[in-house]
Amino acid sequence: MLITIKYFGQIAEVTAKQEEQIEIEETSISKLLELLYSKYDGLKSKDFQIAQNQELVSLEGEITGAEIAILPPFAGG
Amino acid sequence: MNRYSRHIILSEIGPEGQAKISKAKVLVIGAGGLGCPVLQYLTAAGVGHIGVIDFDIVELSNLQRQVLFGTASLGKNKAKAAKERLQDLNNDISITAYPEALNYQNAISLFNQYNIIVDGSDNFETRYLVNDACIITNRPLVFGAIYKFEGQVSVFNYRNGPSYRCLFPNPPQKDAVPNCSEIGVLGVLPGIIGSMQANEVLKLILNLGDVLSGKLLCYNALSNQISTLKIKKNETDVRQVLNSKDSFEQQELSFNCEQNEVVSIHDILQKTDIQIIDVREPNELPKISELSVISMPLSVLKNEFQSLKNNEEKYFFCQSGIRSKKAVHFLKEKGITNCYSIKEGAADIKNYLEQHYKEKSNAR
Repeated sequence: MLITIKYFGQIAEVTAKQEEQIEIEETSISKLLELLYSKYDGLKSKDFQIAQNQELVSLEGEITGAEIAILPPFAGG
Repeated sequence: MNRYSRHIILSEIGPEGQAKISKAKVLVIGAGGLGCPVLQYLTAAGVGHIGVIDFDIVELSNLQRQVLFGTASLGKNKAKAAKERLQDLNNDISITAYPEALNYQNAISLFNQYNIIVDGSDNFETRYLVNDACIITNRPLVFGAIYKFEGQVSVFNYRNGPSYRCLFPNPPQKDAVPNCSEIGVLGVLPGIIGSMQANEVLKLILNLGDVLSGKLLCYNALSNQISTLKIKKNETDVRQVLNSKDSFEQQELSFNCEQNEVVSIHDILQKTDIQIIDVREPNELPKISELSVISMPLSVLKNEFQSLKNNEEKYFFCQSGIRSKKAVHFLKEKGITNCYSIKEGAADIKNYLEQHYKEKSNAR
């Protein structure tokens, strides 16, 4: 299935893009992450949470939605 | 003409709403990039009692975004300088400035004196401290955080809603995520995010509209994209904080843990082959003329620290002992370990030295 992945903050710096569309067969979030780790050097060492269709989900879940967001914490003020 | 007439003529606010605003008590953590617009709008709106806590002093590089301050505020404590400006903006409200650091010892009693807490801090340690203290005191937390051109806004711990730990359960590894002073930030961004926080505070007070509870708003200033992501409450994370309630005040911020790198001015006068470094901005007073001092403001230390002699012990000082600690932490991360922070501020150091040399010449 075709999914859109959105990257925020430091994550977008690692991937050098805000957003991309990829075609995947895998169905779990952890498998998607493995794919992204192999594609983007340095992603694995970052802290982030995952949202699926605008809802925060656990990293153990399945991919059911069309939009994934990878969201790091910000400290600045 | 009533100061608040533009509020009062709104049917959604009216005199009753304005009365609620004037009865509200809001504590703002940090008078920096986010704190400044929050404080400015809450003061203008007539929030009856505002507290502002910040240990830091106003530096020249703050003025690009911390719009409450001017050149006359340079070197002053931010909480006090903010209060001065805000009281001129609105003298009908009461403002308390706390020129100190928020820590595990003072947070609970401070939060208990206010109805709403606003987080404008700039580091994860303080953010988790604020979140946990809000859970323990059952106060809603209006959260804002920024990174370069992006911001996050949410309202945590509101009417049994999720907390910051339900979004990010634990702080990231120290220094994994840099802050504005390290990597820069677009000056107007904290203005936008801080204004959104002020907006949420007024909605909480007025019970108006949809509060950003259970949602994280992500704003990108370059693309103008706003994404709102839903957050679920994680009961376990919240319960864990509540269970730690009794030991809360025994915890220490790591800034306070590293006592062995802090020294007093009287410990170092006998030492030879040392470097004494002033990390204040060049315009900050008093100058220390009694000793040979290298001037290297914290803002330039990052690029120029290699000009310091490696083999000599390095003693840092500033106005209050906080930036000097930051300098020591920075250099330790760079692997330079013979660094110490002088706990006294410049004024106390100068007094001590004057006294010391006077006694010495009297003894001769």
